[in-house]
Amino acid sequence: MLITCPHCGPRDISEFAYQGEGGRTRPDPASTDLEAWNAYVYQRLNTAGAHDEIWQHAGGCRSHLAVVRDTLTHEIASVRFAREHGAPAHGRRKPGARK
Amino acid sequence: MAEYSAFSLLRNALAGNRDWKPAWRKPNPKPSYDVIVIGGGGHGLSTAYYLAKEHGITNVAVLEKGYLGSGNVGRNTTAVRSNYLLPQNTRFYEHSMKMWENLSHDLNYNVMFSQRGVLNLAHTPGQFDDYARRGNAMRHLGVDARLMTPAEIARRVPGLDMSRSARFPIHGGLMQERAGTARHDAVAWGYARGADRRGVDIIENCEVTGFLRDGDRVVGVATSRGEIRAGKVAVAVAGSTGRVMRMAGIDRMPIESQVLQAFVSESLKPFLDTVVTFGMGHFYVGQSDKGGLIYGGDLDGYNSYAQRGSLPIVEEVMSEMLALFPSLATVRVLRSWGGICDMSMDGSPIITKGPLPGMYLNCGWCYGGFKATPASGFCFAHTIARDAPHELNAGFTLDRFSRGAVIDDKGQGPTPRLH
Amino acid sequence: MSSRRTAAGGRIDRLRTIRFTFDGRAYAGFQGDTLASALLANGVSLLARSFKYHRPRGVLTSGIDEPNALVTVLRGDIREPNIPATMVEIYDGLVAVSQNRFPSLAYDVSAINQLGGKFISAGFYYKTFMGPVVGPLKGTRFWMLCEKVIRRAAGLGRAGLAPDPARYERMNAFCDVLVVGSGPAGLAAAREAAASGARVILTELDPQFGGSANWSGETIDGEPSKAWASDIVGELRDHDNVRLLKRTTVWGYYDGNTLAAIERVGDHKDAPAKGAPRHRHWTIRAKNVVLATGAFERPLVFPGNDRPGVMMASAAQRYANLYGVLPGEKIAIFTNNDSAYRAAVALNKAGATIAAIVDVRPEISEDCRALARQCGAELLVGHAVVGTAGGKKLTGIKVAQFAIAAGALPSGGHNIETDCLLMSGGWSPTIHLASQAGARPLWNEALQAFLPPEAGQGWIGAGAFNGTFSTADAIAEGFAAGRAALDLPRVEPGTPHVEPAPLDPRPAPVFEIRAKGKAFVDFQHDVTADDVRLAHLEGFVSVEHLKRYTTLGMATDQGKGSNVPGLAIMAEAVGKPIPEVGTTRFRPPYAPVSVGALAAERFGDLKPERLTPMHDWHLENGATMYSAGLWFRPMIYGEAGETIEQAYVREARTTRETAGIVDVSTLGKIAVQGPDAAEFLDRVYSNVFSTLAVGKARYGLMLREDGLVFDDGTTWRLGEHDFLMTTTTANAGKVMQHLEYFLDVVWPELKVHLTSVTDQWAGAAIGGPKAREILASCVTGTRVDNEVLPFMGIVHGEISGAPVMICRLSFSGEMAFEVYSGAGHGTHVWEALVEAGKPCGMVPYGLEALGTMRIEKGHVTGAEIDGRTSARDLHLGWMLSKKKPFIGSAMMDREGIVAPGRLELVGLISLDNRPLAGGSHVVMEAYPENPHGSLGHITAACFSPALGKYIALALVSGGKARHGSRAHVSDPLRGRFGPVEIVSHHFFDPEGKRMHG
Repeated sequence: MLITCPHCGPRDISEFAYQGEGGRTRPDPASTDLEAWNAYVYQRLNTAGAHDEIWQHAGGCRSHLAVVRDTLTHEIASVRFAREHGAPAHGRRKPGARK
Repeated sequence: MAEYSAFSLLRNALAGNRDWKPAWRKPNPKPSYDVIVIGGGGHGLSTAYYLAKEHGITNVAVLEKGYLGSGNVGRNTTAVRSNYLLPQNTRFYEHSMKMWENLSHDLNYNVMFSQRGVLNLAHTPGQFDDYARRGNAMRHLGVDARLMTPAEIARRVPGLDMSRSARFPIHGGLMQERAGTARHDAVAWGYARGADRRGVDIIENCEVTGFLRDGDRVVGVATSRGEIRAGKVAVAVAGSTGRVMRMAGIDRMPIESQVLQAFVSESLKPFLDTVVTFGMGHFYVGQSDKGGLIYGGDLDGYNSYAQRGSLPIVEEVMSEMLALFPSLATVRVLRSWGGICDMSMDGSPIITKGPLPGMYLNCGWCYGGFKATPASGFCFAHTIARDAPHELNAGFTLDRFSRGAVIDDKGQGPTPRLH
Repeated sequence: MSSRRTAAGGRIDRLRTIRFTFDGRAYAGFQGDTLASALLANGVSLLARSFKYHRPRGVLTSGIDEPNALVTVLRGDIREPNIPATMVEIYDGLVAVSQNRFPSLAYDVSAINQLGGKFISAGFYYKTFMGPVVGPLKGTRFWMLCEKVIRRAAGLGRAGLAPDPARYERMNAFCDVLVVGSGPAGLAAAREAAASGARVILTELDPQFGGSANWSGETIDGEPSKAWASDIVGELRDHDNVRLLKRTTVWGYYDGNTLAAIERVGDHKDAPAKGAPRHRHWTIRAKNVVLATGAFERPLVFPGNDRPGVMMASAAQRYANLYGVLPGEKIAIFTNNDSAYRAAVALNKAGATIAAIVDVRPEISEDCRALARQCGAELLVGHAVVGTAGGKKLTGIKVAQFAIAAGALPSGGHNIETDCLLMSGGWSPTIHLASQAGARPLWNEALQAFLPPEAGQGWIGAGAFNGTFSTADAIAEGFAAGRAALDLPRVEPGTPHVEPAPLDPRPAPVFEIRAKGKAFVDFQHDVTADDVRLAHLEGFVSVEHLKRYTTLGMATDQGKGSNVPGLAIMAEAVGKPIPEVGTTRFRPPYAPVSVGALAAERFGDLKPERLTPMHDWHLENGATMYSAGLWFRPMIYGEAGETIEQAYVREARTTRETAGIVDVSTLGKIAVQGPDAAEFLDRVYSNVFSTLAVGKARYGLMLREDGLVFDDGTTWRLGEHDFLMTTTTANAGKVMQHLEYFLDVVWPELKVHLTSVTDQWAGAAIGGPKAREILASCVTGTRVDNEVLPFMGIVHGEISGAPVMICRLSFSGEMAFEVYSGAGHGTHVWEALVEAGKPCGMVPYGLEALGTMRIEKGHVTGAEIDGRTSARDLHLGWMLSKKKPFIGSAMMDREGIVAPGRLELVGLISLDNRPLAGGSHVVMEAYPENPHGSLGHITAACFSPALGKYIALALVSGGKARHGSRAHVSDPLRGRFGPVEIVSHHFFDPEGKRMHG
């Protein structure tokens, strides 16, 4: 398998570390909604087909990539930086907005 | 008179082998059953067998999408062991081990369970203590285990690199002598035949396409061979758990489906009479009765339903094999294959009633499902028949994750690929 | 034995005689021979024994599909088992031996298995050997006795025990077009692709490029095909953009058009060339692939089809034309298609007598009749071979009339004397790689073969691979494929003129001749046609069940010849067309690959070794090294005559009495920098870091998302926006990835930069009552007294001219300092510190003493942070900030994690003055005969010089509530039982007076 890192170009899968299913929404850090945390930490869509996932280019630029890959064929439909689009809206706090 | 015996072989041989019966019938599905088991793999078949044998429930259908035993029961490295750390796992797998010890007789089918031992190699004093912890945990539950010194290991496994200059010298090992290997396909066929002879309908090439519902309650399945109703529907589909549960409207499960590759070498005269695991990586090897070395390593490490592996893992596994057995460089890999493992969030399985009324779930076997086949079916059948878990699977619930009552033998947390 | 060598011809060099031995007997062949061709030339017909029945076997094929003639090649102690003799190129001094026979190949006692016949048919072992239900042989015992015998009888070659000294190598290659196979189609494709300037790799599994052009005897545009091929190869050789790889098998087609190939660099020589590996493992990333892998000829299934002397027709043609070897003097042919007629003519030309051509078809073309006449053969159309005669060598065949609809007819049977029978059951395209790439093969009724589907994404087929058996058409296809692979515009290829004109490629749909006797489908595994029918009878009908139940196609030849005949017999039994019975999906490898090649440079060098900057110093000063993950660290610096315990006790005691120094360079170190660094640390640590003053350090605890403990370490605030985090040695990489994940994926808005600086800093920790004094004596540029350098303070200075950063923190519980310098100065600074410590007797200490002092202090490490413990289990609840959320804070209070009875950290003191050991369990009462009732286990143990006792840390259910109570250790594995007292894990100086000084 080859993943085309937006920074480094096409690279062998051995350079990448799988970081699990993407598109999961991390609850607000202060949230005590255990169900939401349970869903985030333990529950997976585990899609058969186009699958959102995160890979780190560990043997390269170390960026995290949001990859859409077909789990039936291993064909990769898209790769982008996770930081640009992939992060969920929740779970972010403005730096400085402490407490 | 048993259907299979040396005598029946001889009698049939004299009759030109024309009188053998099919190992299992090929019935058409009936409109309804007491219990439908989805998944004609090892666990589904053993579940049906024990439903009939232990609970007298014989109006049962096992539905298999492809051919019987096409999943992981026919794609594993055949090791059977109960050398776990945590008591819930040890008790469950030890029960399974005891069932294995009598399985050929019980099924009247030689599953070739060979108790040739499983040896975990330790490479540092710290790791040796870790193994001692696990071995002692086993001993405190009445399970056999012993530590081996390098000298004993060298005698037992002649090809191992025992030199102190090895990159990861062998410091000792933990041996479970009662562990071993079995003929994987025979397990599926033996259970299939046993269930069939007790009246269970085993229906191949019958793909479940949906669930029949009465409100919340599951009352049957839609299949490629028509609708089939059932009082209880049991799901035992391993790597396909996500796909099947989605048909029931359950989108998320504590499961990731990942590929595990396995390899077999060309056939060799006896080289290895036990199963050996490497402590500084992820590698295990045994030898089949036919002579092939059967070995594997780590998961490919990403979600997949493709039953195809990637090259870096192939290279990794071969490197680890040679780190242990440097003479095997000239031996050749004959076949490789990939199985889809239902990796759970704590590395332990799920055998439970629910999550919907009328439904029962068996999954999360990671890559340890083969050895569990007898106990899994036994406990799942119990859970289905009694609507309550057996004490052996009481902890293998679906809600243990949200409750924080995980059974994490490797201590890796909710990262399935590390279990 | 008469020589079977023809007077001239072939690729062999008749001027170079090669001497070799087979089963201890000396033979001679020529340069260019394979072991198979050389033995055939010497009249040797018996080369092997089959797997189950130990039947005598000869050579069936001439290539990689050989099921019978497997040998072991010996190089001194090094054994290479199961190599087809057809693939072994002979060299002077080659030693080959036969396999799976005892006492000798000619007289093999296990041949008695043949008498078992129908008793040991497919799957018989599932039905017996189970033994009694009761008595001494119950359970698995009887089976395991039987198994011992079965295992000894099974298996082919024997693997050696001597480490292989050969070197293996891995190469990465990139190309625009990879052409697999160098027959006419492949050559045409490679030439066309190369002409455009594209990067081309052409692979050929034989030692010579050209494929069928080397032996077909055809002419292409008037030129002998062999010369045509070598012209193109010469042309390709002149291109800088072309890489030619012979003796190279492309065996794996992986995702992303990554193909794996093995090049046998040194197997054909007695020793590899200087610097050359034995095998080279190629990983080829190709933009496009042209599959020109040809086809395999299929055997026919009839009684006695395995007798030595029965051979594939095309193989015989190759032996004659490539090696100048006749597999027999008086040859008969048995076929269901035209192609064997060409083989007959070729062998006749080479000097053999063609006794008869037996063709199952009732009608054959006039072309074939003419060819039969040309070689003077008796032509028996509408006939079949129904039996063979001879023991270990064919002496004759039995022929009967045959009707396609009804099968063999009993009338008209007669015998033909012959010493060689050539068979042809049609051709199966070599579609393995396309199948690996995910293509589902399609059954072609006319060709009676599975063909690849339309070209897949990433590959294009050409030639016999596509079922195109005419050389002219194959060349045209190759030309088109070479262009298409580069997206070049289509050009009408000029179809070359090939002589002789192609014959009809369509075989009769006949796979098996049913008659009395064992008719083999899978030769190596002894799977007969009756076994296939037995599988059907017992319901093992799906192709995978057929394979698994009978072992059809599971041998080392992987069913290259047996697959389709087996399917055909099953299809007939089921009464369904072949494609409805199914086809196997092929998986890597296409042909067996050496394990050494795949391990390549990691053979003998599995993992890198990580050494600290002071590694050499440790070795020079008597350290015994300990492997910790990839690192090597000093365990003890033993003195003459000391045991390990004596050494670490001395080191720890000296440290507590005066001073000691330890190398802590392996700790993970991460620079956390940027305006939001403090905020980031507040989120990832359970305790607060934003309040930490510049120039101070703090101990921090990290949880996983699930609320259990992940890692710990100190983090130093070097500047407002500049932190240096340390992690445990084992978790350095994991912590880095964890932090990067959160920063990049979850909180990309935080302005923080992470840099792993583990390797950039060397660390030395010096501790003990004299530590400050020693430090003060060698540090310049800063004071190190309590005022300037209080507990957890940080200063910068110099030691012996090298800049250092010093933090006063303590793992040993003593007044201690961690001295960090640039890795390049590590040894220099270390030596200066050691020198400064000499006057007061400071010792270097290793991991054992480090562990001892941390046990005395009750500090946790990886043995306690085992992925299952919570902060509270480790009595670190005080580190869980209530003022802010952090990773793990939401999940850490779930019922399972706060439940009573969890394992908690405690201390143990041995009450019988005997050592305790990690991994021992803790029980209320010990029952050596019947161990049970485990409450927990020991995580770490030592002799404590400070307490003068054997002590341990343990995780025990109920933990703290048991302080002061008595329990026992229970270690049945090592036979250690005895009383202990459960105490607090803070054994020594619980108030920390010593380190605060």
